[in-house]
Amino acid sequence: MKLNKFLTFFIFFLINFSTISNSYSIEPDVFVQSTVNRASEALNNKFTKEEKIAKLKSIADETVDIKGIGFYTLGSYRKDLNDEQKKIYQDLFKKYFLKSFSSRLAEYSNPEIQVNSKKKLNESYTMVSSILVATETRPEVKIEWRVYTKVPTDPKIRDLIIEGLSLARTQKEEFSSIIQSNDGDINALFNTLKEFVK
Amino acid sequence: MKKFLITILLTIVFTFNVSAGTDGENSLSKKNVGEVKDCFEGINRATFKFNQTLDAAVFEPLAKAYRILPSPIRSGTSNVLDNLSNLVTIPNNILQGEFKKAGENTIRLAVNTTIGILGIFDVAQGIGLSDYEKEDYGQTFGALGVGEGCYLVLPVLGPSTIRDTAGSLVNLLGGDAWYNVTVKNDTQHFQDKDYYISRASTGIDFRAKNIDSFSNLEKNSMDFYASVRSLYLQDRQQKIVNSKTIIETQDDSDWEEIENQ
Repeated sequence: MKLNKFLTFFIFFLINFSTISNSYSIEPDVFVQSTVNRASEALNNKFTKEEKIAKLKSIADETVDIKGIGFYTLGSYRKDLNDEQKKIYQDLFKKYFLKSFSSRLAEYSNPEIQVNSKKKLNESYTMVSSILVATETRPEVKIEWRVYTKVPTDPKIRDLIIEGLSLARTQKEEFSSIIQSNDGDINALFNTLKEFVK
Repeated sequence: MKKFLITILLTIVFTFNVSAGTDGENSLSKKNVGEVKDCFEGINRATFKFNQTLDAAVFEPLAKAYRILPSPIRSGTSNVLDNLSNLVTIPNNILQGEFKKAGENTIRLAVNTTIGILGIFDVAQGIGLSDYEKEDYGQTFGALGVGEGCYLVLPVLGPSTIRDTAGSLVNLLGGDAWYNVTVKNDTQHFQDKDYYISRASTGIDFRAKNIDSFSNLEKNSMDFYASVRSLYLQDRQQKIVNSKTIIETQDDSDWEEIENQ
């Protein structure tokens, strides 16, 4: 009888747990729109530039897979890193990314981004399409968001594709160029990153 | 003599590029991301620096001044230049077997040149034609399977590849009707300067549209040369496959490896 009760409770728990999990999964397009809305709010002119940067950094930290992008941009060089170097790199890349990302965006004021559609590539990725609405000085810009959806309750942005140009790939080729120009010395990249985040 | 030299140059370029670029498969879809053939990097970097100096002294100030002009003047200028570019786009549509697009662009050119008053007004936009996409001979060579070859930075003109430079040379061999009626042939209606003014205006119009993006990229790049090279090569790949997204050309193997680590 006890076992029966336990089994009933266990099954009830499993059903409810999966319902709860499903109910908290976030659709990638909703996730992108919500991230964009938060960024737009952060770029409101009522804030100082420093406040804007701080808010943008916090949003990026929550919504972007900075660690994944960091390793992606390192390309084949990541295989040569030891654990200590990996730690140093992760830390440097995160500082670099947040500084670069926030200062790039902080130049804009109240950008209007409309999320239009999404396309599921596979279990891990969904591409969300959006447009940055044109202004008097800038034409309309198409932006696609590569969203990592393997954990549906915690989607993360892994790349931004602006008019077909991947930021992650551009970053990867920039890092590769720095390492190659220094005879494959990874420390040259670390030093350049340190210089940038100063 | 000039024609002969250009033909010889094109032959050399294609012999070199076709053997390097075609192996029976689509090179774009399997391109190893991050591998850039920058055979002349030293010279390219020096030329890039020269172009940056020239840009700061001439093109950027001109682009900034251009941006002050009223919006209708800017969009009218941009429309005229786009309309002229149809003269290169249409033959390339045909060479790529895109006959429907060639037909649409011919209608676009006719409507905009006449009703749109020499292309100032893009009236064709309102008659249900698909969005205009520029094509050039470099893209056609790419679509035919010619590899991009080494990356080049041309003085004044900026980023290119051996294939795209060869494509530009085709314009001078009669592939650009606008060049033919202005520079190549002595017509009474146009002069050489009309062609050069239109080319310079295209450059300034492009620079003005991207002024913020360029300065933002420069400010946030640790190696600006490498960033521009990457963006140029990605852009050309997109244009050759006529795709507005990167889905077809993105190499996911690296992401998969990171996940499986």
